[in-house]
Amino acid sequence: MLEIRDLHAEINGKEILKGVNLTINKGEVHALMGPNGAGKSTLSSVLTGHPAYKVTKGTIFFNGKDLLQLTPEERASEGVFLSFQYPVEIPGVSMVNFMRTAINEQRKYRGEVPLSASDFLRLMREKKEFVEMDSKLTNRSVNEGFSGGEKKRNEIFQMAMLEPKLSILDETDSGLDIDALRIVASGVNKLKTKENASIVITHYQRLLDYIVPDYVHILFNGKIVKTGTKELALELEEKGYDWIKKELVIE
Amino acid sequence: MKNNQFLSFFEEYKSQIEKNSNAILNSFRDEAFRAFSRLGFSSKDADYYRFIDLPTLFNADYGVNVNCLQPTFNPYQKFHCDVPGINSWLYYVVNDIFVDPLTSDLPEGVIICGLKQAAERCPELLKQYYGKSVKMENDGVLAFNMSFAQDGFFMYIPEGVVVEKPIQLVNILTGNRPLLATTHNVIILEKGAKANLVVCDHSLDKHVDLLANRITEVFVAEGVEYDHYKVESTTPSTKNISTLLMNQAEKSSVVTNIITLHNGITRNNIEVNLCGEDAKTTLSGMFIGGENQYSDNATSISHYAPRCTSKELFKYILEDNSKGNFLGRIHVAEGALKTEAYQTNRNICLTKNARMYTKPQLEIYNDDVKCSHGATVGQLDDNAMFYMRSRGIPEKEARLLLMSAFATDVLDNIRIESLKDRIRLLVDKRLRGNGSHCEGCVICK
Repeated sequence: MLEIRDLHAEINGKEILKGVNLTINKGEVHALMGPNGAGKSTLSSVLTGHPAYKVTKGTIFFNGKDLLQLTPEERASEGVFLSFQYPVEIPGVSMVNFMRTAINEQRKYRGEVPLSASDFLRLMREKKEFVEMDSKLTNRSVNEGFSGGEKKRNEIFQMAMLEPKLSILDETDSGLDIDALRIVASGVNKLKTKENASIVITHYQRLLDYIVPDYVHILFNGKIVKTGTKELALELEEKGYDWIKKELVIE
Repeated sequence: MKNNQFLSFFEEYKSQIEKNSNAILNSFRDEAFRAFSRLGFSSKDADYYRFIDLPTLFNADYGVNVNCLQPTFNPYQKFHCDVPGINSWLYYVVNDIFVDPLTSDLPEGVIICGLKQAAERCPELLKQYYGKSVKMENDGVLAFNMSFAQDGFFMYIPEGVVVEKPIQLVNILTGNRPLLATTHNVIILEKGAKANLVVCDHSLDKHVDLLANRITEVFVAEGVEYDHYKVESTTPSTKNISTLLMNQAEKSSVVTNIITLHNGITRNNIEVNLCGEDAKTTLSGMFIGGENQYSDNATSISHYAPRCTSKELFKYILEDNSKGNFLGRIHVAEGALKTEAYQTNRNICLTKNARMYTKPQLEIYNDDVKCSHGATVGQLDDNAMFYMRSRGIPEKEARLLLMSAFATDVLDNIRIESLKDRIRLLVDKRLRGNGSHCEGCVICK
């Protein structure tokens, strides 16, 4: 599904990613861990086409398409979804209008007819229940005045609405209390199918108790330095990132 | 015409102007003319018309309809406003002439007619109010209006009468050669009355210099609820100078909304005088500018009495080479205790050549007040843009959503639902760049 080869990227002339290689197949859950500044969020920004980041080398193929040639909206319509670490408030744009525009623009891109108003509202109702999201929130402007937890839940709600092929959850656990974490994680798990895949970016092993990864990668200094199974996350939790640093020095 | 040409023009045609007007309007002319001779096209306050070159605006070789000739067409037959659900009492002023609809089923006691007719139908009322709130000794534009105005729109709502259906005034400018239209409107709402007025400014001709100098005086008595909307959708060759003088007595509540979608050069002088205790006013406006459009809103809200509230909100979206100016004066007089006055002016410049000038100006002469003001000039939020695009919304659509969102709170101040829906549609269309006119009647089709 996703093939990242020797990816180098920079922001404002500063190189952050220094040769990332990653392959993700459908049906898989990959956890991406690493210390602050390792490049985790940069990788998610590059995958979704944030204009501030410049790819200087390497390739990203997504279901056979050269992702780097596509605009952010085209990538979204191809099925790439980012759950933002810091979801953006958009005063004056209603959740309904935002979601309807997003869904119908994606459908247009794929050559499908737009959803009728009633079909859209039915879908919205269904997915709202799915992630246990309060109707009060979907009647407001996008993220405006939402608490941290509500914003994260709204990200999962959007993910449920858009049904992406690849979901990137960028520190979805940060700022969540344990109940909210469980609801968000259960939403993610319920959305998991044999056809889609996700990348879970996190600092803590805690989230991985709820969303069980098939692979755990450790990103350090712009490179994936270690890959393992979910036990790697436990080991990391126990030993800390210094262990990785030491190991790298030894190598 | 230059100042001095207008001076000799007035002297030459004064008798004709007066002959085609009436004693009440004429009684102001000499004084007005003296003020204009002294001021020319300027204000006593040198900064007031800083960004608009009035002498040049008036300089074309304009024709003036001194003989008050009726238009060559009947607007009631030629046009009709079919904005869905607006269902209004509709009146036309073509250039500087009020055109009588001849039929009327207005509620009892309500008078809507031309200013000339009002001088015959209700001379006492007209005499009591005409020119009362015009400080022409300060402003040459106003003095000019009072020198030349012969007709206009007159509306009187008697005590306690509630007019639910909107009243609509459509100002049409038209001419096959440059034309200067000077009109003066008087609106009176007696104690406890309620009414809405929708003013639509249109031009029929795209390539002829058309200049309007209009004054609207509004007198709102105790406990009145009044909404005043002005929507401009004219042409690039139109110059529109509109002065709105809103005078509010105690416990009155007024909503004013000034929307400029398509125009040439527009100047709105808006003055709100809160003269009675516990009066409320909401003043908002919006300008969406493209190409070489220019819009200038100079507002002045004066709190003269205790416990009055004013909320002011103006927003500008500027593209291409368009320019905007906002001057927001708030004056809180000594003794106007417990005043609440809030002013906001937000602007978006979408292109490098778009220019916005903004100047909040608060003068507060007592301590017991709550006042705030804020002015910003910026671009669209990049983070919001990326967020929307990452959900599959194309860049162009995301920009439109953000601009439309930006305009939302101004539109929310429109209390006539059918008008709000139509304006929202027009704003969206205007932002999409395809057609900005109201499409409500043949004028814009």
